[in-house]
Amino acid sequence: MTSWLVFFETLFGTLGDIFPIVVTILVFQYLVIKRPLHQPKQLLLGTVFVILGMVLFLLGLEQALFPLGESMAKQLTSAEFLGIEQPENYQVSEHWMAYAWIYLFSAAIGFSTTIAEPSLLAVAIKANAVSGGAVSVGGLRISVAFGVAFGLALGSYRIVVGDPLHYYIIAGYVLVVIQTLFSPKAIVPLAYDSGGVTTSTVTVPLVTALGLGLAEAVPGRSPLLDGFGLIAFASLFPIISVLAYAQITHYLARSTLSGDEDEI
Amino acid sequence: MGFRFSHLFSSLIKSLRDISPIVVVILFFQLFVLDSPLPNVLEILSGTAMVVLGLSFFVMGLELGLFPIGENLAHAFANKGSLSALLAFAFCLGFGTTIAEPALVAVAKEAADVAAQARHIDNNADSMAEYAAGLRLSVAFAVGLAIVIGVIRIIKGWPLYLIIIGGYVLIVILTLFAPQEIIGIAYDSGGVTTSTITVPLVTALGVGLASSIKGRNPLLDGFGLIALASLTPMMFVMLYGIFY
Repeated sequence: MTSWLVFFETLFGTLGDIFPIVVTILVFQYLVIKRPLHQPKQLLLGTVFVILGMVLFLLGLEQALFPLGESMAKQLTSAEFLGIEQPENYQVSEHWMAYAWIYLFSAAIGFSTTIAEPSLLAVAIKANAVSGGAVSVGGLRISVAFGVAFGLALGSYRIVVGDPLHYYIIAGYVLVVIQTLFSPKAIVPLAYDSGGVTTSTVTVPLVTALGLGLAEAVPGRSPLLDGFGLIAFASLFPIISVLAYAQITHYLARSTLSGDEDEI
Repeated sequence: MGFRFSHLFSSLIKSLRDISPIVVVILFFQLFVLDSPLPNVLEILSGTAMVVLGLSFFVMGLELGLFPIGENLAHAFANKGSLSALLAFAFCLGFGTTIAEPALVAVAKEAADVAAQARHIDNNADSMAEYAAGLRLSVAFAVGLAIVIGVIRIIKGWPLYLIIIGGYVLIVILTLFAPQEIIGIAYDSGGVTTSTITVPLVTALGVGLASSIKGRNPLLDGFGLIALASLTPMMFVMLYGIFY
């Protein structure tokens, strides 16, 4: 069970994170804008809810899901699971089943943690309100989650085969640029933003454990050189998947009723 | 909009739905792929309950606190008409939220380890701490700069994709010159700098600005701050690797 000590540790950690934000806002509100806050009680309650929410969220993850997820990533990348007895003449292709499970795990963990990511939820709520409902909260989150899932599976594959990271990322950039030219213009900024919001509280710790574990286990890979890059994949591919989602819905809307050109 | 218990209830149901895929994935791999029993079922259940409760409170707090704060500030700055104050605020928000970001602290430490192993810096605690601190400062500066550029873009109505594509080109060029060991960390640093509290606040600021300036569309002009804040750290980490 979580002890009070851990609770206060997490609470002070979160307070420390938001302290610079609170100071910045208060200084500018009172010294530069020089007007009192509108509805201070409600704002305070909201801020307390956000902090309480973050603390409970982090504590719950630490207690239940992270230990299990991390030990899972370790077990899946262990020499035993991958069948590595003699590293000298080890052939990845002979153990393709084990690697298939790893790619599936990467994709599944990427999809499910993205659905639960609080900052993506915040952006989706805002986008839904701003677009007058044209961008659905669920649709955006699911297409981002597919992007993260594909990105992590491909990123794990890259670690296993040992290709240079920047080839993949540059190819991804080229794809994003081509998609940008053909996408409905209104969705482009939101799609770019969804790359940065996918990887925070939930995804990063699990993904880091997976990447480093994989780079340590596969013969010929170094954790320092090959273990990084999964986060980059998880931030790039949602841009591609959200643009693709917009293109598909735009195309479908146009082919069924050729009126609503402004719908996304 | 006030707080009502019916909000908490419907919010709890939604959070439960949001968190269920993780539980399904972990159960599936634990029981069927790894073929191991589930350890500490009680702890897992109570932890999951905390996650659900936490997510619900967070979402309610967004609507009550973070979104209104960001929007009010945006409207106040737009009415006041002081560009320099707005830009100063934008920089402080980006810099302040990044410098203390735990994920960045972890990444900077890893980068120092890598640099020491590759013999770019001396392999001792002092020079590694110095390297990590410098890296954190430059990433925080990069995020501050990104928010400033993003705010100017919203005011001027520049198309975001031109700036982002320009950024991609710069990143590709920097990749050619950066030390090999730093590239992975640099690419990863783009994703880790934007924290769970910064994202809603910055998004509300951007959307608020775009909706209070005439001729700007909140969807087209309001988003994009996060994208810029994920792009500049990659450049600055590589620049840091080249010049340190």
